Amino acid sequence: MKREKATTLYFGPQHPGITGNMMIRLKVEGDTIVKATTEVGYLHRAFEKLVEKRNWIQSFTLMCRFCVPEPDPVENTYARAVEMIAGIEIPERAKWIRVLILELARMSSLLLWHAGQGHSLGLYTMGQWSVGDRNYLLDLFEELTGARIYHMYVWPGGVRKDFPEGFGERVLKTMDYFEKKLPDYDNLLFENSIFQKRAQGVGIVSPEQIIEHGVVGQPLRAAGIKSDIRIDDPYEVYEKLKFDVPTQTDSDIWARALVRREELRQSIRIIRQVIDKIPKGEVYTKLPNPQKWTIPAGDAFARTESVRGEVGMYLVSDGGNKPRRAHFRGAAYVHAVSLLEDVLVGANIADVSAIMNSLGTCPPEIER
Amino acid sequence: MGFFNLKGTLKPLTSLKQFAKPPHTIRYPEVPVEASDRYRGFHYNDVEDCIGCGNCSTICMNDAIDMTIVDQIKGEKGDSGLRPRIDYGRCCYCALCVDVCPTGSLSLTKDFINVTNDANTLLVTPGIDNPEAVENISYSSSTEWSLNNFTRIPMEELEGKERVKCFAEVVLGYTEEQARQEADRCISCGICTEVCPDHMHIPEYINAIAKGDDEDALRIIYDNNPLPEMCGKVCTRRCEDVCAIATRGEPVAIRWLKRYATETAEASDVTREIVNPEIREANGKKVGIIGAGPSGLTAGYYLALRGYDVTIWEANAKAGGMTMYGIPKYRLPIESLEKQINYIQSIGVKINFNTKVGKDISFKEIYENNDAVFMGVGFPKAWTLGIEGEDAKGSMQAVNYLHMINSGESVEIGDKVAVIGGGNVAIDAARVARRFGADVTMLYRRRVKDMPADWEEIEGAEDEGVKFEPQAIPIKVHTDDNGKVNGIEYLKAEMVQSEEGGRPRPVAIEGSNIIMPVTAVFAAIGQQGDYSFLDEYTDKVKVERGRFIVDDKQQTTLPRLFAGGDSANRTADAISAIADGYRACKAIDEMLLDKQ
Repeated sequence: MKREKATTLYFGPQHPGITGNMMIRLKVEGDTIVKATTEVGYLHRAFEKLVEKRNWIQSFTLMCRFCVPEPDPVENTYARAVEMIAGIEIPERAKWIRVLILELARMSSLLLWHAGQGHSLGLYTMGQWSVGDRNYLLDLFEELTGARIYHMYVWPGGVRKDFPEGFGERVLKTMDYFEKKLPDYDNLLFENSIFQKRAQGVGIVSPEQIIEHGVVGQPLRAAGIKSDIRIDDPYEVYEKLKFDVPTQTDSDIWARALVRREELRQSIRIIRQVIDKIPKGEVYTKLPNPQKWTIPAGDAFARTESVRGEVGMYLVSDGGNKPRRAHFRGAAYVHAVSLLEDVLVGANIADVSAIMNSLGTCPPEIER
Repeated sequence: MGFFNLKGTLKPLTSLKQFAKPPHTIRYPEVPVEASDRYRGFHYNDVEDCIGCGNCSTICMNDAIDMTIVDQIKGEKGDSGLRPRIDYGRCCYCALCVDVCPTGSLSLTKDFINVTNDANTLLVTPGIDNPEAVENISYSSSTEWSLNNFTRIPMEELEGKERVKCFAEVVLGYTEEQARQEADRCISCGICTEVCPDHMHIPEYINAIAKGDDEDALRIIYDNNPLPEMCGKVCTRRCEDVCAIATRGEPVAIRWLKRYATETAEASDVTREIVNPEIREANGKKVGIIGAGPSGLTAGYYLALRGYDVTIWEANAKAGGMTMYGIPKYRLPIESLEKQINYIQSIGVKINFNTKVGKDISFKEIYENNDAVFMGVGFPKAWTLGIEGEDAKGSMQAVNYLHMINSGESVEIGDKVAVIGGGNVAIDAARVARRFGADVTMLYRRRVKDMPADWEEIEGAEDEGVKFEPQAIPIKVHTDDNGKVNGIEYLKAEMVQSEEGGRPRPVAIEGSNIIMPVTAVFAAIGQQGDYSFLDEYTDKVKVERGRFIVDDKQQTTLPRLFAGGDSANRTADAISAIADGYRACKAIDEMLLDKQ
């Protein structure tokens, strides 16, 4: 009887590295992975199909569930796609508020990444800090949108409500807090020699893989390519804002971590500008009665830069009161299904969670 | 960088400085959590303000809201009696239900904790099960943020100065775009349908207009109303009084939308082509109808469609009853009414004009020669004022005046007219007299706000320069030597709240006599029936308080004899008459087919 050298190891589906439910079937020889097969299907909720059954306004409430940790880019993508087909012009102030909530969501998601990256390497304190601090952002979300996680705030026509009284100052106060806090994050995570050791040279995405899989977001920027939808195809009011797109060249977990470290600071910079420059005015273009609202036949593709990279939605109207087809695709779809299989080959079992987190794995976004 | 570099080992230890600090997150339940001012927690419903329109249930994409019967709430006009019940196993707290609530009764609260092992507690009727939540309302509805549109598309009208010059129609009608926009405001709750005497399919035809299918709207309208253009112009529109949107805004212009849809067909043959009704094969049964008013025409039209041989006897030269002779032409042009009547005749309804039952043909003959008879005889006789000088030359009944004008006769009224009464007939007579150049004053016993006339009519009269003299009780018509009216004497009245409650009563003030010089006086204090044509059947057809006694199928106390319209219905408006005719048609159909 021939003895198999490789062993099969099932990684997941119960939250492999706090990302959401998915599974990776690993073939390992010793500690080294020789083959990885990703298996998804544990979080499929058929949102794209559900959208076809709901009218234009009802559908917007589903969008926050495409990616739980960062709902706003998807809400924004849907809203802009609808506005493109229907030819709706939204008020200037609404655009600024949208940028604000997108950047707050970006920060919130990056803080979760800190937690995930720390957890996956055994550094639990990082998660306690960043998730705790994230609550200050959730407080802001709650105040602005009425909910902490599922905001349902950005909708076709603008946003749902204007700032509450004194909201701008509270946002700035929270930003002050974060700026004071971030050096502690550096001390704990980025200056930590254990983290450096575990992150450097691990999970390298090669230039060939970048091209083959169509990698976007931080994995692309960590490979030295300056690409960001907010700059390349600006939407809302991003062209009026000053911010840098950080890049690195090593294309490993460490490089991606450094990119994210800087992005958190850039988000704070953007938020300060928004609070400073936001114009007064309406935040919502009155839409027709939701029951009777029909949109002329047509289609649109809208894309937004989420924290994982580009998210896009292709939306089709057949002239009726609901979308004919909505196709959504987020960055995690490539990063965590196909790219992950390649990157994991040759890696150590202990690094799988870290690599998943580093690539921005988000199963709810993959399966939608 | 080596694994054990000193900096990389010591720096993380700075986290120890957090060691003795208190946590900066809130420690629930030691410290109570206060949710934000627009937090989307559990629902609260002000069950008194709620009208049970069900718009929350319609918008809910999770089917989390059911409309259920609640013991404390009785259904009434403008209130379905149902209240939303939320299934928190399904609710996603999106608050769209609040955003579309037309009354603003539904809101979300700061309450969000429900610890239970009983799944039944997830079914909550807000406001009934959690009245205390009223203290905690956070996400509430306002007209500013609502998804409903509370502002009506204004109807264009002729200027007051322009319209007194002629009998051109005052209301100009919606353009296509205006109609689509106005139809878009409807939330299809159907509260209106319940209140419409004829239960017209209002949300359905408004939906058809919103979708741009005017012809379908017309077909839906003709399903139970054969005089829709008339209703689209002059209906008393009880539907709009209860419109859900009207709770915080202007009601959907249901009447004007119906008018818009009916104007799709510019002639009766076009109506025929669009409606394309199914006419059943003749069944050999004969139905006689007395009076070609709205109720008679309705019964005739739907009976003819069902294959009956229908004959109508009409005393006047034209059909339409009060809608032809009572409503001024600036509200309902004669061509419009004739178009609808021609269409009804084209279905096979035979009308014998200038044939007064009781004089030209006996009731007995009609009753014996038909399998069923319907009476829509209306209230042709006006109530007299019962004051001195009422019979003088120049003193007349407003309804007779309108009849003569609509028949094309010329009537001498002079240059100053007093109209006595506050109903629609009084207003109509006043506005017609204005069009003949007279200076018109309306005398009414109560206040202007108590007038039973349509508020739009009152406003229209004001725009046209009709003067109002409220709280005036006429006591004498003064005449000159030739027996011609030259003044009206009245007493001012004060409003006294009676002890039993109810609306205040006018009481004349002694000695407050005023004599107003006028050249004509119109009395418009109501009409009554004239049932002398029944002859030997008079005893068999029971009458109570001036109206035939009918059951819920419009059946009178005499077998095979049905009645509807003013002479059987206290509501006394065209749409109620149409409803009576339609109900009688169904009852006659049922009765005659059962016999076969």
